[in-house]
Amino acid sequence: MTQPAKPIIQIQNVSKRFGKVTAVDNVSLDINAGEFFVLLGPSGCGKTTLLRMIAGFELPSEGQILIDGQNMAGIPPNKRPVNMVFQSYAVFPHMSVADNVAYGLKIAGVKGGEVRDRVAEALELVKLGGFEGRMPDQMSGGQRQRVALARSLVMRPKVLLLDEPLSALDAKLRAQMQFELSELQEKVGITFVTVTHDQDEALSMACRIAVINKGDVAQLATPSDLYEYPANRFVADFVGSVNIFEGKLTLDEPDKAAVDCPGLGKVYLNHGVTGPHGADVWVALRPEKIYLHVPGAGKAVRAAAEDAPDGHNFARGTIRGMSYLGDITLFEIELESGARIRVSRPNLSRHDQEDFTWDDKVSMHWRADSPVVLLG
Amino acid sequence: MAVLARTPRAPLEYSRTLWMRLWVGAVMVFLYAPLVVLMIFSFNDSKRNVVWRGFTTKYYEKALDNNQLVEALVNSLTIAALATVVSLVLGAVAAVMLWRFRFPFKSAVDGTISLPIIVPEICLGVAFLMFFAAIDWPNDLVWPFNLGAITIAHITFCFPFVTMVVRSRLASFNREQEEAAKDLGASEWQVFRDVLIPHMKPALVAGALLSFTLSLDDFVITYFTSGPDTITFPVKVYSMVRFSVTPEVNAASTLLIILTVVLTFIALKAQGVKAIAETH
Repeated sequence: MTQPAKPIIQIQNVSKRFGKVTAVDNVSLDINAGEFFVLLGPSGCGKTTLLRMIAGFELPSEGQILIDGQNMAGIPPNKRPVNMVFQSYAVFPHMSVADNVAYGLKIAGVKGGEVRDRVAEALELVKLGGFEGRMPDQMSGGQRQRVALARSLVMRPKVLLLDEPLSALDAKLRAQMQFELSELQEKVGITFVTVTHDQDEALSMACRIAVINKGDVAQLATPSDLYEYPANRFVADFVGSVNIFEGKLTLDEPDKAAVDCPGLGKVYLNHGVTGPHGADVWVALRPEKIYLHVPGAGKAVRAAAEDAPDGHNFARGTIRGMSYLGDITLFEIELESGARIRVSRPNLSRHDQEDFTWDDKVSMHWRADSPVVLLG
Repeated sequence: MAVLARTPRAPLEYSRTLWMRLWVGAVMVFLYAPLVVLMIFSFNDSKRNVVWRGFTTKYYEKALDNNQLVEALVNSLTIAALATVVSLVLGAVAAVMLWRFRFPFKSAVDGTISLPIIVPEICLGVAFLMFFAAIDWPNDLVWPFNLGAITIAHITFCFPFVTMVVRSRLASFNREQEEAAKDLGASEWQVFRDVLIPHMKPALVAGALLSFTLSLDDFVITYFTSGPDTITFPVKVYSMVRFSVTPEVNAASTLLIILTVVLTFIALKAQGVKAIAETH
């Protein structure tokens, strides 16, 4: 994305209430022109309501939405410079593929020859060239979705809104479509705003992600920042898998910090936290950031610290659960405190999974910059 | 048990069991034997039409030569066509209104709209007789305006059926299609024309067929609302039977059966098999 960051959509203090339920609670955020923006959150968090307010299908109870600098208040959906791909795709079942894609152009009064050219171009873009005469009931779910995409893209909107675009596809197709959507977005240069509850989808496609929780933006960041530097427990827990331990901040200096966790022991960090001393904090540690060892043969009583490289944190425990997932193996380990921690380990060789079994005593260590200290 | 069994019968393949075939056969006989008898005896060369006396088509000629009978048939078809068109519009609009909008007394409207289906026909007939007498409905109009009273009565009991069929079809409508059309720039009217009507089409065809046949063969209500110059086909057949059951009545009835079957066939053909499958 080399375009200058200029907001195409400005959401300003927008709230939406349905009766007594507040679906969206005073949200403000800017979406930049040309970016792939994702609204991520659990179901019922208000992300779809937010998207529908941009499209004009819901009206904000408070606040305003600007698209390309223009206030959208009082402008109905059919007059907004945005188009939407619906969760059910909403392809018109009684129209052929070409008629579906041409529908918006015909309404807009575009002439016949141009309609044909633009429909062909849009279908080519979504790799459906030659499908013009097909009826939707002769197509697979993935193909229908491409029709819905072409039908929106052919309008050349300023913003394309996608409501859970991949949720109805099977896993393989979903992974493929993630790449294709990103590729498509770069090719057409239109701003994409996608709603999803699937973190993989969000991480793989987005330029920036807004994590929504209970109608509010929990964090707005790039995918890697969101994953590596979650701002709070909700984001840490919702995006990816994580171990969270409660503790007290006992040391907090510019270049080091320590948290005393009853569950995990003392956790050292090689950077400051800038939190109030003695405050209740949470340590978040991703399963893949933990190294796992069987204490060397005949050295079972050796201190775990001896397995850990310098400057690493360490802990000991017993394997209580294992699940082999092919590329990785997931371990559930009971710490000496009785608390449990999840560790994932890539199966780098074909025999890696044979190194460990239930009830093995293991030692773990992780870098001092791996844990994230969360204040909220 | 299986007849003609090459492959073993699957657990739910009841159509291949003998008892199911016998049962279906019995149902067919029960339903269609009277009609078949009626059709066969329309070719009976006997005035009293009780015993088979040989083949003839002269009663068809006689029926078609019977001016009163032909006139009654034309009346019936005219009334059915008018009642169908009006019922279709009225019924579809009512269905869309009940499905789409909230308005005061909606549940009351919802309940009363199907009343003409529930109320016994004889009561409706008497009610119409009283009503048209009370408002002094003119009964000396020229054709086809003299059919007004009957047509109005037929619309009353036909359009609730259209509403019923269209409403159940609308229940399966995906509102995202409506939003998608709007999103692409369509106005309310364009959404209605381009998305909603095509969705309702199978129900509209079914509703029209229902209305047409209901109107065509209605006797009770028509009997109370028809005057001396506005005899319909069923009423005429009834008065003919009162004199004697001649094969002429059979011939006329056979023609009517063939007419309705052909009309239904044409309507279904025009719709295509797919649309019919969609209604289910």
